[in-house]
Amino acid sequence: MMATLSLLPPDPVQWAWGIVLFWLVLGFAALLLQGSQHLLTRLVFPLGALGALAIAGVGIAGMLLPASAVILPIGLPDLPFHLRLDALSAFFMVLLGGAAFGITVYASGYFKSMASGPLALLALWYHLFLAGMVTVLLADDAYAFMVAWEVMALSSYFLVTTDHKIPEIRRAGFLYLLIAHVGAVSLLLTFGVLQGGHGDYTFDTMRLAEMTPFWASAAYLLALFGFGAKAGLVPMHVWLPEAHPAAPSPVSALMSGVMLKTAIYGLLRVTFDLLNIQIGWWGTLALALGLITALYGVIFAAVQSDMKRLLAWSSIENIGILLAAFGLTLIFYTDGKGALAALTLTAMLYHALNHAFFKGLLFIGTGSVLHATGVRHMGHLGGLMRFMPWTAWLTLIGALAIAGLPPLNGFVSEWLLLQAFLMTPGLTHPYLNMVIPVAAAIVALAAALAAYVMVKFFGVVFLGQPRDPALHEAHEASWPERLGMLWLAAGCVLLGLFPAQVIAWLAPVVRLLSNQTLVNDGNWLMLAPVSAERASYAPLIFFAVVAVVVLLTYLWVRRVYHGRVRRSDPWDCGYPEQDARMQDSAEGFGQPIRQIFEVFMKVERETPDPFDRKPHYSGASLDKLWFILYEPIARVTNWLSQQAGRLQHGRIQWYLIYSFATLIFLLIFTTR
Amino acid sequence: MSLTYHLQIVNLLAALLLLISFAMLSQRRIAGLITLFAWQGAALTASTALVAWSTGQHHLYYSAAITLVLKVIAMPWYFFRIVKKLDVDRDVEPMINIPTTMLIGIVLVIFAFNLALPISELSGTVMRSTLGIALACVLLAFLMMITRRKAIPQVIGFLAMENGLFFAATSTSYGMPLVVELGVALDVMVAVFVLSIFFFQIRETFDSLDLKHMEKLKER
Repeated sequence: MMATLSLLPPDPVQWAWGIVLFWLVLGFAALLLQGSQHLLTRLVFPLGALGALAIAGVGIAGMLLPASAVILPIGLPDLPFHLRLDALSAFFMVLLGGAAFGITVYASGYFKSMASGPLALLALWYHLFLAGMVTVLLADDAYAFMVAWEVMALSSYFLVTTDHKIPEIRRAGFLYLLIAHVGAVSLLLTFGVLQGGHGDYTFDTMRLAEMTPFWASAAYLLALFGFGAKAGLVPMHVWLPEAHPAAPSPVSALMSGVMLKTAIYGLLRVTFDLLNIQIGWWGTLALALGLITALYGVIFAAVQSDMKRLLAWSSIENIGILLAAFGLTLIFYTDGKGALAALTLTAMLYHALNHAFFKGLLFIGTGSVLHATGVRHMGHLGGLMRFMPWTAWLTLIGALAIAGLPPLNGFVSEWLLLQAFLMTPGLTHPYLNMVIPVAAAIVALAAALAAYVMVKFFGVVFLGQPRDPALHEAHEASWPERLGMLWLAAGCVLLGLFPAQVIAWLAPVVRLLSNQTLVNDGNWLMLAPVSAERASYAPLIFFAVVAVVVLLTYLWVRRVYHGRVRRSDPWDCGYPEQDARMQDSAEGFGQPIRQIFEVFMKVERETPDPFDRKPHYSGASLDKLWFILYEPIARVTNWLSQQAGRLQHGRIQWYLIYSFATLIFLLIFTTR
Repeated sequence: MSLTYHLQIVNLLAALLLLISFAMLSQRRIAGLITLFAWQGAALTASTALVAWSTGQHHLYYSAAITLVLKVIAMPWYFFRIVKKLDVDRDVEPMINIPTTMLIGIVLVIFAFNLALPISELSGTVMRSTLGIALACVLLAFLMMITRRKAIPQVIGFLAMENGLFFAATSTSYGMPLVVELGVALDVMVAVFVLSIFFFQIRETFDSLDLKHMEKLKER
């Protein structure tokens, strides 16, 4: 095996595996460097970032080269790890590497204030987490996949509970672990169905297994549940808004930007690659669930007052959009509309890539704010643009991108997706024809509300006046942090400006899954997904026009107005003074949404007395699903375990009687 | 001697084993219990050696030797020492009174014989009829563990159960492979040592070897 590993030039899969090993070594080396905080932040994390960059490079190579596989000499006896790198894995590796590079560079600055002991442990989990995610993408048998999946889940659990001394964080970590494992059990069952009684768990045999529609549907539903639990599909989304605020910001960025995408990867892998047949209603189901998730996520994002919780809900919304795109792809694919399936799939992959970049950027942006101010609650922030301009401007790029504004990347993928939705009248199924325009409307609504959420997020945190005098002391992010944010922001801009190139680059992945590729009817400058007459988008020209108009306006204003400046007291509209409390608050901004969608929420509010000198206000909009679905389940589980607990007397004699009775029973049972 | 005589003697020893089991069930004093345990081991050794001699199964000689050393000499001696050291040789008050225990024991013996009937018909060894007795010994030892409150009788019950199992193995299939027997012997030894450490610990914590104190450990 060593001989094959040293063959030159090695396959991309061996490079990828080598980088996984490098991360593992780096993680354990971090434990040895426990004493030196300096080395950990200056050496371990930058090296880890280089690994991420290398993974992205291997991914780019893997998308161009044919699939390559390797069988590793590790694992159980007779059950070695099979790894394989095809275009789909390679694409997600680019996503992982690209986002993780920026985030890890950021982390090397972010963790500077952490004590070296916990930091060494964190570095171990961090690199294990990265290694686990890459191995999930590379795995070519169910055994390797589940091992990697668990490594990913457990290491991220330890990352979430970094501040394990705080009870809420332990609670959030437990919730995350619980749902991750419920999902993992479902995945185990998926692979059990997929192997179809052969007893061979390599993906190669699964691809060949002939499935009846019933068992194929069972496998699909189990996979949807299992991967949905990891991705944050409603109603398994409850862990996201708890775990993301609990985790350190680079970890939230990695979990939201990258880890959720491994679930999308798994869903694509199982549905399009491992299963031989696809059935139309699968797509309809995924579409419906995706739309519910998107709308639910964005509504709750709009009413949050905690920065990171808001972003977590926004991640749920984006996962919903991805899943809706996945469902639409399936619908087109099973309807024989290969070209449209390719269009939708392209939009989905594009959006996954975009989300990794802008959500990563936004999460680390909140990390810098958190470091500078020590608060997550937006009610205590405000006006930070003056004190931390780098963070503010870079976060603004992320916010504009996630809001879906051209010429940034969020616009391209959402626009492509809406184009795909507009093509549904071509479907042969009459009901779908009627219903899917509604779906398009919901996607548009979610996108619009996402913009609303981002106005709230950016406006309340960075604009206006500081709501707390302590904010004047806020310091700007350190250089590694800025570099990390710059990288991700540059990704957002470039992915937005060169969509035609990105789509050409995505072609091998799309061909692998849907046997067709999206044909760009435009040219290198212009993106025209179906035909140039129908719709086209030329971001560079758009950007140039915007830039020129802004520049001209700026010059004109300077020339015309600044020539004759007159200073005087402005008319104060009856407000002789303005202070920070007069600004719109986070709760106030979300209030209309809360009013409209109050059915989904359990609102807890505490309003101040009008004559109170020091008015105090608090409001929380809680997820009703938690009370409807999770609390009854928790109660039933609790009750059952209490009943089981009655067996425990604490007297040895009773325990002996239990075994005695069992023995007698079994003896009777076996000899009867 | 012919095989029938051997069989007679083995059956006699088996009966002795059962009798000793009942005696242990009714014995109130710990020192007496240990003596009975040693006698049970002796009967087991004798029967195993006899089976080895009459059937030519040489590995059974080793089993018999291990039984002799461990269960007749080493462990009783060790228990006597512990009893002396902890000074616990008083009357053991059982949880259920002795006559009732004996009655339950008789029911168990009948049950065991019933159970063993179809199995011993399948077995081809010379001493298949003793399987019922072996099973009865196991169940009686278990019953002793249940009815005793103190820690040492429970451990003796555990070891007596092992005796019964050993007897069952010899009676159905001329014993287990030697490796397994060695392993079991080692396990028993380790168990005794670990449990004796527990005796001291329990004694130190609760000032008594009565296991009812351990109920306090239960999580409320």
